Amino acid sequence: MTIAEIAGLLDATWLCCQEEAQREIHTAFASDMMSDVLAYVKEDTLLLTGLINSQSVRTCEMLDVPCIVFVRNKEPQAEAIEMAEEIGLPALKTPYTMFEVCGRLYAAGLQPARLV
Amino acid sequence: MMIKESYTVVQGDMTAAGDVSAKIKRQMKRLGIPTTIMRRVSVCTYEAEINLVIHAYGGTIDFEITAENILVRVRDNGPGIPDLDKAMTEGFSTASNEVRNMGFGAGMGLPNMKRNADEFTITSEVGVGTDISMKFNI
Repeated sequence: MTIAEIAGLLDATWLCCQEEAQREIHTAFASDMMSDVLAYVKEDTLLLTGLINSQSVRTCEMLDVPCIVFVRNKEPQAEAIEMAEEIGLPALKTPYTMFEVCGRLYAAGLQPARLV
Repeated sequence: MMIKESYTVVQGDMTAAGDVSAKIKRQMKRLGIPTTIMRRVSVCTYEAEINLVIHAYGGTIDFEITAENILVRVRDNGPGIPDLDKAMTEGFSTASNEVRNMGFGAGMGLPNMKRNADEFTITSEVGVGTDISMKFNI
């Protein structure tokens, strides 16, 4: 599904790079621990996180993550949004909890990342 | 296609953690290194850089691209790792709560580096420092 569809399912607000709305996403991974994200995420995997500092965006940059969604209505730090803009990483925020976000996206057909 | 660079990483500067890895990634992109290799190198340099910031008194990352390989060497001047076997075990971590709040310290760093590199060697001595060499085949 596209990022635009994901934004719709999550009643999400765009933080930057909305021009990438038609980018296709197939899998997702949810974690507040970037250590785990670095250990398990493969390419083209959407990241759902409650970590609002710039390390969340940096982690996406390292892994070529195509989109980041901040959950629980958390406002990411300004440096994080600036960095996302700079590297062209679409960023959104949603008012729902991690659990609900995962449920909505899983029900809509998004696949989990596979652990090696 | 030859690049050889050395970067310094400062202790405790969590906001700058990742800057060196981002620079290295841009170099690889510019040289057209295949995405799958680039991602593995990036994961390793980033994990290493975070370790230098949170565990070591800062350190250096040497990065080299040759015709066949990418070489990454990470060195610091301490404090050193008392039990390497433990440090290489997934889930073992000595990170502070502050570090965990930044999203790190799950005890995945060193094992993850070993998994992603084609060759991985680590030596460490308490009071002296840690020396990690990683090789990736292109």
